[in-house]
Amino acid sequence: MLAWLGATIQAVSAGALRDNPGRSALALLGVVLGVALGVAVHLVNASALNEFTLAVHSLSGESDLTIRGPRAGFDESAYPSVARLAQVHSASPAVESDAQLAGRRESIRIIGLDPFRAAQVQPRMFAAMENTVTGLFDPDAVLLSPSAAEWLGLNPGDTLRITVGTATVALKIAGLLPPGAYRQRIAVMDIAAAQWRLQRLGRINRIDLRLRPGTDVENFRRTLLPLLPAGTEAVTPDADIERSAELSRSYRLNLDMLALVALFTGAFLVFSTQVLSILRRRTQLALLRVLGLTRPALTGMLVAEGALLGMLGSTLGVVLGCALAAWVLKHFGGDLGAGYFRSVSADLQIAPAALAAYWLFGTAFAIVGAAVPAIEAGRRAPALALRAGDEEEGLNRLHTTWAGAGLIAAGLLLTLAPALNGLPVFGYAAIALILLGALLLMPRLTTLSLRRVPAWRFPPAMLAVAQLQATPRQVAISIGAIVTSFSLMVAMLIMVGSFRQSLDEWLTGMLPADIYLRAARGTDAGFLTPEQQENIAATPGVVRARFMRSRNILLAPERPPVTLLARPVDTTSGNLPLVSAPFTLPANAPPAVWISEATADLHGLHVGDELRLPIGAHPTMFTVAGIWRDYVRQTGSIVIDRESYIRMTGDRLANEAALWLAAGNTFAELEQALHLRLGAAAGIEISTSRQVRIESLALFDRTFAVTYALEIVAVLIGLFGVSVSFSAQALARRREFGVLRHIGMTRREIGMMLGCEGALVAALGVGFGLALGCLVSLILVQVINRQSFHWSIDLHVPWLALAALASVLVVAAIGTATWSGRRVMTGDAVRAVREDW
Amino acid sequence: MSFEDGGFTRLRIASRSRRRLLALLGGLLATPHVHGQTNRRAAPGTPYAQVLPGTPLRFPRDEGSHPDFRTEWWYATGWLESARGPLGFQITFFRTRPELKLDNPSAFAPRQILIGHAALSDPAQRMLQHDQRVAREGFSLAGASPDRLEVWVDDWSLKQEGGVLRARIPARDFQFDLTLAATQSPMLQGDKGVSRKGPQPASASHYYSLPHLRTQGTLTRAGRTEILSGTAWLDHEWSSSYLDKDAAGWDWIGINLEDGGALMAFQMRTPQGGKFWAGGAHRAANGEQRVFEPGEVDFTPLRSWRSPRTGTEYPVAWRIRAAGLTIEVTPLMDDQENDTRASTGAIYWEGAVRALRDGAPIGRGYLELTGYWRRLRL
Repeated sequence: MLAWLGATIQAVSAGALRDNPGRSALALLGVVLGVALGVAVHLVNASALNEFTLAVHSLSGESDLTIRGPRAGFDESAYPSVARLAQVHSASPAVESDAQLAGRRESIRIIGLDPFRAAQVQPRMFAAMENTVTGLFDPDAVLLSPSAAEWLGLNPGDTLRITVGTATVALKIAGLLPPGAYRQRIAVMDIAAAQWRLQRLGRINRIDLRLRPGTDVENFRRTLLPLLPAGTEAVTPDADIERSAELSRSYRLNLDMLALVALFTGAFLVFSTQVLSILRRRTQLALLRVLGLTRPALTGMLVAEGALLGMLGSTLGVVLGCALAAWVLKHFGGDLGAGYFRSVSADLQIAPAALAAYWLFGTAFAIVGAAVPAIEAGRRAPALALRAGDEEEGLNRLHTTWAGAGLIAAGLLLTLAPALNGLPVFGYAAIALILLGALLLMPRLTTLSLRRVPAWRFPPAMLAVAQLQATPRQVAISIGAIVTSFSLMVAMLIMVGSFRQSLDEWLTGMLPADIYLRAARGTDAGFLTPEQQENIAATPGVVRARFMRSRNILLAPERPPVTLLARPVDTTSGNLPLVSAPFTLPANAPPAVWISEATADLHGLHVGDELRLPIGAHPTMFTVAGIWRDYVRQTGSIVIDRESYIRMTGDRLANEAALWLAAGNTFAELEQALHLRLGAAAGIEISTSRQVRIESLALFDRTFAVTYALEIVAVLIGLFGVSVSFSAQALARRREFGVLRHIGMTRREIGMMLGCEGALVAALGVGFGLALGCLVSLILVQVINRQSFHWSIDLHVPWLALAALASVLVVAAIGTATWSGRRVMTGDAVRAVREDW
Repeated sequence: MSFEDGGFTRLRIASRSRRRLLALLGGLLATPHVHGQTNRRAAPGTPYAQVLPGTPLRFPRDEGSHPDFRTEWWYATGWLESARGPLGFQITFFRTRPELKLDNPSAFAPRQILIGHAALSDPAQRMLQHDQRVAREGFSLAGASPDRLEVWVDDWSLKQEGGVLRARIPARDFQFDLTLAATQSPMLQGDKGVSRKGPQPASASHYYSLPHLRTQGTLTRAGRTEILSGTAWLDHEWSSSYLDKDAAGWDWIGINLEDGGALMAFQMRTPQGGKFWAGGAHRAANGEQRVFEPGEVDFTPLRSWRSPRTGTEYPVAWRIRAAGLTIEVTPLMDDQENDTRASTGAIYWEGAVRALRDGAPIGRGYLELTGYWRRLRL
């Protein structure tokens, strides 16, 4: 008897799979894609981060403490005074510079070391370098890491050309660093050669210290700090890694969350598949009960089906995710678009714990998705379930209005919570709660809105409305599938669209001139000398020239450096996009600086506050006169009037120039004139403000490329959900179609009826999804974005794109509904009707 | 008269034996030998001073650094008496001036490289202990005074202090703080301190030795400080020119004789193990000095020791005939092998030895054996 029952159970379970392999496959695919994406994103990020950690370790070697200054470096006299301290075993000074490759957009990090000193701090690496280091006494010699050599396509003996200031410097590649010592793309020079060739005489960027055994690092750090020049800090390598990891943490979390969204939609797909599959098998399941299967056993069997789906999907997903991550790392490197790990070429780091977590997530989501209808099915009285027309009743228990409303309210409350440890954890939790709440509200909302649909004269439409009104809970599941994916899509679209629009407007405000001239883009080795500046301003065709100097300074040792921008400031003309209310500097207050939103957030500064900046010979006090929006420098920036800056520091160099073109002159003419006047200034890059804008927006799109990709997958899974629920319903309604055929409806009319149903369901789903998506987008823009990146975004709703997407979704739903109906109706109408008796 | 001394040989030995530190120099000391023969590489940025025969040595100025010459070293070796028996020590400072094509204004420019190396031979230990420091001159962290003997790398130093030499060597496993006091006048090697180093007259160096230095001071190991005294030998040599490169290895001794005399002898070996060149000098207690012709010096191995770690066989005991003098040398301990394979791949033997005549002790000194593990290549 038991064996026989077992066989029956197997037949019921396996039969369901066999009958609808496509549907089960879709649900499986949902889980697979969700898990795979999560795994891939996580592994790529973890690998890049791991690589980055290794890089920091290989740079700092066995050092206990690193003294580090701003990009422009600090006076080298700090080196002997630190090296002579009794607690210091060895001190290794270094020059670091990101130098632009001549004729290329990219830059390469050049590290100037004293090999004898570095050997004391990084003995392992230097043991492998014995034959190459003396070659470095040649001031033109440089060693490349193998990855840099591969990247540049250069071999020992070749020439590496870089831009320093505005001139090209040719360096001879004397050899390669030992493989494994430095995996990132770097070049190593002798420190003396680096100081000379990179125009850094008298300055160094870091000192790595090995302390004598028994020295308390933290105590020593405290005694060291007062001895260090202004603007430098002493950090342990671990703190260094921690801080750099923190910089990209928000971005990494955002990607992880998006991957989880895909997983969540996948789980919802399992849920809808299981609900409908259980509905379809309700008579078989009831029979099992009648035959003696206990209620828990039945529930267990149905949950096991979901678990099986989840485990299979998760396993496949983990494998696919690993493969995907390996592929991405191989072809695109460890950087997922945001540029945090741009120079890192990473190997795949398989993190078993993370894989296990995603596997469990996938399986658990699938089990939960299956458990809800399974528990419900177990509770049904077998006698009722054996009757026809019971489908709708089966969903009564899924009536959860109050829970849904409660979850949404809780979610809204959570949006008020501040960032946790610098991460918008509560913001994400709020979105999750609101999504879940909205899904729970769906049956109620569906019933209410279906009641308000007017009756149409056209019979297929009339029938469609009647059908939907009679089965609001089944409809709610279909709508739920649409709402889940569409709302997330809407939210992301609004967020990214708002961001892009804000950036566009910001760029317009920030780029008022016609032409921009930059010395060695994005690096710190490039600058314009005062003579060059005069020369540029005096070029015929230039009516006005404005110069900007940028350099990095350290405000707080535990925070990443902020960028100091010395430029002319005119707060009235809007050349600085202020977000704070106008502020008048009180009499005899220190001079004004304008800080970016990130500086304000990260350093807890407000308008009117005073702050000390390590510029000039002594740290100087300034007043925060305003807060401005800066989409470029995530770690914060501070604007100071260039005249005051020059007065205080004597630093007359500039990194950029904004030029206004005289009437009648073209860009091409001026560009040529500038190149002629500046001579062999290969490092100078001249572009129109339009080009700068296009480039910036292209960079933005590249950053969000991964986001778009994840979003598309979530949408695909959502569409699977819609098609699954339609096809399930169509199958379940075979008898109904038979009856309709018997009373005289044509197949075409039935098809139209199904199309109307699809349109109505999709319209409702899209409507609710839009509303929910707007709400979620508000949280993304106001809470998550602000807490992650510390800049504000103006809300812009891309209505056109949303309308287009909505139409696509409705059309897809109509198509799916009609198509599944047509497939079902291929059979004989008489037989279909007979099936019930 | 062609007069050969061991100085540059020792530099070459040193440049091999100290490959662990010299590895970083990548042959700074060694490459000149290769190029120097033909003067292929003129160095416009680095005009090295040349050794001129007839240049008299003046003290104490010539105890200091000669930065215009390519290479220079102060090389102290000796025996110390501890409560548990004799110990050998070796303290060396090298200065080398790299060939720089251009005059880099950077304060870090490697105008001079300074190297400190120290080793301790204690029969109670299983093997030799040693450590080294390398730094470029500058920032007062490393340097060599041109006026008097004062040379230092970080906290390692050897300097003239109140008429005696003071060596402070806080190495990793041991810390020396020694004074070395002269008891005899400097022993000028070669022709009044200008010594030929090969068949070509251009190969020469300035070279003097200070034998019989009365040595006192402390040795600290594992937090325990011992007061020690003994006798040491200092070589000071500087040059810009080169040795022949056809040798496969070298054997060298410097012995403080008990009768107050001093003996230095060396031989360079061919790849086949035969004598390629030899030389040395003997100064009697009365100051009478006898310089050896290459044909007057013979090294005959008496006993070999095989290193259990590397399998290398070293002739650690010798019979040495130098002109009319025949002595035997036996090591303070057999295992004075330096194994630096992990960093550079070089293995050599360098340590304290006793000198005997007819079985009776007549002196103590140092012996260097290189090229036994593998042929040394420059």
